[in-house]
Amino acid sequence: MSEVRVLPGAGGAEPDPDDPVRMLVGLGRALDSAGLRVGPDRVAEAVRAAVALDPTRRTDLYWAGRLTLCANPDDLPKYDAVFAALTEGDLPRLRPGAQHLVRAVPVALAVPDAGGSDDEDTEAGAETVLRAAASTVETLRHKDVTTLGAAERALLDRALAALSLPGESRPSRRRRPSPHPGAVDPRRTVRALLRSGGELVRPRWTRRSVRPRPVVLLVDVSGSMSGYADVLLRFAHAATRRRGARTEVFTLGTRLTRVTREMTGRDPERAMGAVAAVVPDWSGGTRLGALLREFLDRWGQRGAARGAVVVIMSDGWERDDPAVLGAQMSRLALLAHRVVWCNPRAGRPGFAPLAGGLAAALPYVDDFVSGHSLAALEQLARIVAGVEVRGA
Amino acid sequence: MDGRGLLPAGVESPADLVGRLADVGYLADEGLATAAYLGLRLHRPLFCEGEAGVGKTELAKALASVLGAPLIRLQCYEGIEASQALYDWDFPRQLLHLRTAEAAADFDPAAVEAELWSRRFLVARPLLQALEITPSVLLVDEVDRADDEFEAFLLEVLSDFAVTVPELGTLRADVPPAVVVTSNRTRDVHDALKRRCYYHWLEHPEFEREVAIVRLRVPEASARLCAEVTAAAHALRDADLLKPPGIAETVDWAQALAALGAPGLDPGLAAATLGAVVKYREDVERVRSLDVGALVTRALMGA
Repeated sequence: MSEVRVLPGAGGAEPDPDDPVRMLVGLGRALDSAGLRVGPDRVAEAVRAAVALDPTRRTDLYWAGRLTLCANPDDLPKYDAVFAALTEGDLPRLRPGAQHLVRAVPVALAVPDAGGSDDEDTEAGAETVLRAAASTVETLRHKDVTTLGAAERALLDRALAALSLPGESRPSRRRRPSPHPGAVDPRRTVRALLRSGGELVRPRWTRRSVRPRPVVLLVDVSGSMSGYADVLLRFAHAATRRRGARTEVFTLGTRLTRVTREMTGRDPERAMGAVAAVVPDWSGGTRLGALLREFLDRWGQRGAARGAVVVIMSDGWERDDPAVLGAQMSRLALLAHRVVWCNPRAGRPGFAPLAGGLAAALPYVDDFVSGHSLAALEQLARIVAGVEVRGA
Repeated sequence: MDGRGLLPAGVESPADLVGRLADVGYLADEGLATAAYLGLRLHRPLFCEGEAGVGKTELAKALASVLGAPLIRLQCYEGIEASQALYDWDFPRQLLHLRTAEAAADFDPAAVEAELWSRRFLVARPLLQALEITPSVLLVDEVDRADDEFEAFLLEVLSDFAVTVPELGTLRADVPPAVVVTSNRTRDVHDALKRRCYYHWLEHPEFEREVAIVRLRVPEASARLCAEVTAAAHALRDADLLKPPGIAETVDWAQALAALGAPGLDPGLAAATLGAVVKYREDVERVRSLDVGALVTRALMGA
């Protein structure tokens, strides 16, 4: 196998289409800043692959990079954008591609306005109306959600503590040893037999083990939820720390963004920073029905929502036809173990579920709770854990 | 290693591999062929992700035919354990051996003990089988169904092509098998596993390729029937169904229609055989509300 040498101190490597190694190193760095986790080991792998192909062909470079530097379908549009930016001409993609994958992606090569939080105060008033109207165009802005008051922090810390509940469980297919008679464990029984030289011993038993149910959190980060999104995302972060259980977190705005990955790690501040960086549509409008469909198509139906406790955190303001949301909710209700709707606005005096989307969704909701206060979030945690059940 | 890995003689580029795969009835596009070429040449597992029915599993079967190697399949499911995937001790045989040895005149407990934990009493499960049979093609199907603990077993096997049995030591493959790992993406597989592999996302094939696949798979169907069925399947994929048809469904549909002796796709027969493509009651209703005939005409015009 040919020895591959990655340039020492890749800092000086400028993308150069004529030099495959420099090109791939540059590609790796650009992808890294676009949010793909590309380390030097991956780049070395890309170079190795390119050498095994024909590194002078653009198509071969494309595939060598794509096969080694991408790790999930969400990476592909970013990869295509960066690759196209670094080399010229059309991409060697084979067909226009499944539409849901090809989306405009903000690439770090062209960073949008970084001072998002500054101009918000000045423009907020005049722009609110405009923004809601233009929300389908998307407000691609980065928003700093890491600045929180001390009182708010204390409140959230307690909410996190309330969440460290074991989670609702279900029987697993995996069996474990049990002292009580049940199904015989042939492996352990024969092993004991072997130990005693083949003399009959007491049989060993197994029982079904239990596993926590998966939890899926869909957090609405649209304009109408702006006061609550941060708190709810922190709640989601605490929920992802459940041990031994799968928790998936998505944000809903003008588009669906999966943020489970960004939620990993213990430090909530760091997690919130990572989430703020990947969610492109803070404070846009909501298309709940369309996004729920996207979630079900891409994740839910394949397994993420099956047998899970699905929590939708939204005020139910739907810009599109509520009937779409109703239809998708009925799909969700068939897949999920339980559907919980958490509406922070439900805590207000005189609240009635009048938002069009909410009214359409409610028939399919198992539990309807508010999420406006610490007490409400604690209750939500208990419901997610299956400790408390409250009818819609 | 000779630098050619598992590549069969005469395959010098991904394009050659496309030809070989086509010979065994699998029409791969350039990206997939490149991935497979690199995987074979550099002994890397191939991690294939994509919608159900885009040909992930078929790829492993086709590679096995091209290499003339046995296909060893490990179907993953929740709760799968090392004893079902890697190896297990054959306890009944060990016991029998022990009893026989005891009955013999020259019973030597130490020697019998050593014999009991030797390779002959080890039952190889798919992962170990794949390491011991060379060459072979290992298909780890639907890895996303297994629990994440299982990925740790897989990691050792796929990175070192070795299995460690505590009582026996490490068993290593002379020549690593060709490995295809598939996932339907019901959950994210851990990065560490993907990092060992070439990652390829499979999409539904474009119209021409799919027609070719259907013709290859259903030789008894007429060219017109194949084109019309494929056009209809493409139209259905855009029709907002709960479960859009995959290639497997297109092939099934063409097969069903060919069995009925249909020269082409007419609305009556299409409605009667809809069960081959559409698998949800809601979808069936939705498709019935569409005009299949018009759908086909429009799709064929567009294609």
